Amino acid sequence: MTETMKPVLSAKGLVKRYGRVTALDHADFDLYPGEILAVIGDNGAGKSSLIKAMSGAVQLDEGQIDLDGEPVRFPSPMAARDAGIETVYQNLALSPALSIADNLFLGRELRQKGVMGSLFRKLDRREMNRIAREKLSELGLMTIQDISQAVETLSGGQRQGIAVARAAAFGSKVIIMDEPTAALGVKESRRVLELIKDVKSRGIPIVLISHNMPHVFEIADRIHIHRLGRRLCVINPKEYTMSDAVAFMTGAKEPPKELVA
Amino acid sequence: MALLIIHDSNAFMTKNYEHALPDNKDGPASFEEHDRSFINHIQHFFHRNPTMVPVIVLAMSIVVFGLVAGTKFFHPFNLSLIMQQVSIIGILAAGQSLIILTAGIDLSVAAIMVLTSVVMGRFAVVYGIPIYLAIPLGFAVGTFCGYLNGKLITLLKLPPFIVTLGTWNIFYALNLWYSGAQSIRGQDIDSTAPLLKWFGERIVFFGAQLTYGTILMMVVFCVLWYCLNRTAWGRHVYAVGDDKEAAELAGIRTDRTLVSVYMVAGLICAVGAWASIGRVGSVSPQSFFEGNLQSITAVVIGGVSLFGGRGSIMGPLIGALIVGVFQSGLRLSGVDVLWQVFAIGWLIIIAVAIDQWIRKLSS
Amino acid sequence: MKLNSLKYGLMGAVACGAMSVSPTLADNVSACLITKTDTNPFFVKMKEGALSGAEKNGIDLQTFAGKIDGDVETQVAAIETCIASGAKGILITPSDSVALAPAVKQARDNGLLVIALDTPFEPADTADATFATDNFKAGVLIGEWAKAKMGSDAANAKIALLDLNVSEVSVDYLRDQGFLTGFGVDVKDPKDIGDEDDPRIVGNDITQGNEEGGRKAMENLLQKDPEINLVYTINEPSAAGAYEALKAVGREKDVLIVSVDGGCPGVQNVKEGVIGATSMQFPLLMASKGVEAIKAWADTGKKPENTPGLDFYDTGVQLITDEPVKGVESIDSKAGLGKCWG
Repeated sequence: MTETMKPVLSAKGLVKRYGRVTALDHADFDLYPGEILAVIGDNGAGKSSLIKAMSGAVQLDEGQIDLDGEPVRFPSPMAARDAGIETVYQNLALSPALSIADNLFLGRELRQKGVMGSLFRKLDRREMNRIAREKLSELGLMTIQDISQAVETLSGGQRQGIAVARAAAFGSKVIIMDEPTAALGVKESRRVLELIKDVKSRGIPIVLISHNMPHVFEIADRIHIHRLGRRLCVINPKEYTMSDAVAFMTGAKEPPKELVA
Repeated sequence: MALLIIHDSNAFMTKNYEHALPDNKDGPASFEEHDRSFINHIQHFFHRNPTMVPVIVLAMSIVVFGLVAGTKFFHPFNLSLIMQQVSIIGILAAGQSLIILTAGIDLSVAAIMVLTSVVMGRFAVVYGIPIYLAIPLGFAVGTFCGYLNGKLITLLKLPPFIVTLGTWNIFYALNLWYSGAQSIRGQDIDSTAPLLKWFGERIVFFGAQLTYGTILMMVVFCVLWYCLNRTAWGRHVYAVGDDKEAAELAGIRTDRTLVSVYMVAGLICAVGAWASIGRVGSVSPQSFFEGNLQSITAVVIGGVSLFGGRGSIMGPLIGALIVGVFQSGLRLSGVDVLWQVFAIGWLIIIAVAIDQWIRKLSS
Repeated sequence: MKLNSLKYGLMGAVACGAMSVSPTLADNVSACLITKTDTNPFFVKMKEGALSGAEKNGIDLQTFAGKIDGDVETQVAAIETCIASGAKGILITPSDSVALAPAVKQARDNGLLVIALDTPFEPADTADATFATDNFKAGVLIGEWAKAKMGSDAANAKIALLDLNVSEVSVDYLRDQGFLTGFGVDVKDPKDIGDEDDPRIVGNDITQGNEEGGRKAMENLLQKDPEINLVYTINEPSAAGAYEALKAVGREKDVLIVSVDGGCPGVQNVKEGVIGATSMQFPLLMASKGVEAIKAWADTGKKPENTPGLDFYDTGVQLITDEPVKGVESIDSKAGLGKCWG
C-alpha cells in the first residue's frame, strides 16, 4: 500500500462508551482500495464496536468516519448499506426458512413492471432468480442447484457463501466480514477463504474480523491490531509472524515504534 | 477507564489453531450428503411441504368419518354445512396465522371481531348510518384495534401474549359497554340494514349450500397467500418471524412490518365481523367468546409453527376444516359433545408434536 | 349504568377497589350482588333492580360478576371480598350450584345473610334463602303449551332440545326436564339431561345461551333429522339462532320454537312469530326482594321464608304467547312487552 493512495474508508478519533465502559477510545482506522484488511484484537479490545460503528449498527459518541474522503454518518445499518458498505454479520442475518433468492434480495426486492408491480406489488421472481443465479455463479457457488431452496437446508459453508454473495452483489464500496470462518469446519473454511479472495479480485476492498490467525495471515494484505479500544498498529503479514501478532495484541510485546499509529 | 479484557492468550491460541489442523474430521458441517433413512425422507418431504401434514390428516379424517358416520356425512349439504360452520373461525384463523408467522400470538382476534360487529350493527341499525359508511367505519375500528396491539408490542417492547391478553379484556369490556350486552335482532337488521347480513346469502347447487361467508373465507386465504408469497411485504413477514434480529440487520424495518401485520389482522377480524353477522343472523355481543382459542387451534393444526416464520397460509384453512370435519363426523357418529372437545385436544398436541419433529431439521 | 358495567367487567380492579372502600356511613348497611356475568341482559337488569332497591332502602351495594357462565373462581373471590368488606348480606346467582358451597358457608359463618337469586344452590339450603323463577314450572308451561298447540301431532313430534352447556347446571336441567314433563315425555332422572329414550326426541345440543351457539346446535340437530318440528331452547338468544338455522333451510314456518326468559327482544320475537311461546321471568323482582330481605335481616334479624311447598321463594313466571291454548294461562306479546326486561 502506498502512502499516496487515498483510503476508501477511514475513521478518526472514534469514541464509544457503554455506561462506564469505554469500548472505543479515540480509535483510528483506514481501509485502502482493493485490499483485505484484517482486524484482530483480544476479546473486549473493541474491535466489534469499531466494525459496528462503520456498519451503522452502533452510534458513536465522538469521532468522524469518511467514505471516499467525504464525512458520513450512519444512523442505521440501512444507511451504511445505502452508502455502499455491506456487512456479513457473524450470525449471517439470513432468514433460514426463506429461499436463497429471497434472502439475497431481502429488504430490496424487485417488483414487476406495470400494474402488477405498482398496484398489486407483485415480486419479479424471474428477474430475482436470474440475478441470484448470476451472482452465485460469479462466485463459483453454483454447486447449489436450486435457487428456491430454503437456506436452512444448506450447510454452514454454503450459508456463509450466500451471505457473502449478498454482500458482494450489493456492496459497491466496502464489504465488512465478521468472523466468516468461525463456525465452519476445515473444508468449508477453505471454500469461504477462496470466496473472499474471489470478491477481492473483483476490486472490492474487504474488512475481515477474525480470531483465526492462520486464516488472517493467509489472506490479509495488512493487519490492523486493536488493543484497549484503539488501533495499536498496522502490520504487514509478510514481515511478522503469528506469534508476533498475538504478542502485540495481548500486550506481551511492544510493537516497533514506526508502526504505532 | 475500564476496559473489558480477558488475558487468556493460551486458551486463545489453542482454540484457534485447532481449526487449522488438517486432520480435523469433526467439522460441524460438510458439503456431503448423508444417507437418509425412510423416516428421514418423510421428514424432509414435510419440511419442504408444510401443508401436506394437515392435508393428509384432512383426507384421512374425511375417509374415516365417511366410513363410520355413513352417507349422511358425505351428503353435499353436510359438507357445505361444515364449511359454513368453520367460516368465521376460518377467517379469524387467517388473521391469527399472519401474526403467528411473525412468532407472535393474538388473543384478542375474537374480541376485535365482536366489538367491530357491534359497532357496525349499532351504527347501521340503531343510529341509521348508511351501510356503505357503517361497514368501512367498522373496518376502521378493527384496523385501529390491530394498530393498538402492534404499537404496544413494538413501542413498549412487550410480548404479544401479554399485550393481546390485555387488549382482549379491554376490547371485550368496550364491547359490553357499547352494546349494553344487548343483541341486535336479526329482524331489526333485515328491516333497516339487510346488507349487514349479506354474507349469510347462499348459492345452492346439488344440495350444497355455499354461503357468501364461506366464499369470503376462501377469498381471504387466497389474497393472503398472494400477499405472503408474491410480495416483498410477505417475504418480510416470514423473515421477521424467522429471526427478527437477522431481518433487522438485513435491512427490514421490522417494527413497521410487525405493526402492519397486526393492522392487517385487525382488518381481517373486521371483515370476519361483517361475515359473522350474516352467519349468526344477528349482532350478538356474547358470541365467539372462545373464538381466539379456536382460531389458534386451527392455525396450529394447520401446521403453522408457533415459533414463527414457518408454515403455509393455506394450512390454517385446512386446520379449520379438520376441526369442522371432526366435530361433524363425531356428532353424526353419535359421540357426545364432551368427546368432541377431547378429540380436538389431542389433535392440537399431535399437530405441535409433528411441527417440532419437522423443525428438528432446521436446527 | 354503562360505565358501571365496564368498570365491573374488570374484576381485578373492582376487587382491589372494594377492599379499599370503607363504608361511608357507619350505620349504613352494605351488601353485595354477585351475578354470573355482566354480558347477559338478564343480569344487567337484575343489577339495575338491585341498585334501585338498595338506594330506596339506604343500602350500599357493591356489584360483582364472573367473566363467563361457569366462572367459579371470580365468584369465590367476590364472596371473600364481601366478607372482608363487612357486608351484611350477599345476593348471588351461583355459576356452579355445588362448587360455591364452601365459600357460601364461610360467608354465613361470618354472619352474612346469603340469598341465591335465579339459580338455586344444591341443596337449596346452602344459602339462607333462594329468590328464583320456578325454572321447572317455566319449562312445564312451554311444554304444556306446545303439546296443546300441536294437538294430535304431539304424539309424532320430532323434538330438538337446545340446552345451555356441558356442565348441566340446575337452570339448564330444570327448564329442559320441565319442558319434557309438560309435553308428556318420561324424563327418567329429572336431574339428568339426555337420559330420555322417548323416540320423539331427536337429540340434545348445547348453545352457550347465545345466537351463534343456537344456530350451530340447530344445524347439527337438523343433520340428525331434518324433520324436526318442535324446538325447545334454553333462552331467547339461542332461540333466535335456531330460527336463523331453520330459515336457512326454509323451514322457519313449520317448526315450533319455545323458550324461556322474557327479555324484550325475546318477547318481540314472540310478537313476530319467531318464537311460539316463552316463559317470562322477573329478574328485577328477584333483586329488589333480595335487597329488602337483607334490609330486614340487618334491622330485625328475620330471615325470608320460602313459598309454601317449594324450597325457594317463587318470584313468578308468566307464559307469553300470541296463540293462547286452553288450559294454559298466558298473556299476549303486547302485554308482555310492558313487563319484559332488558
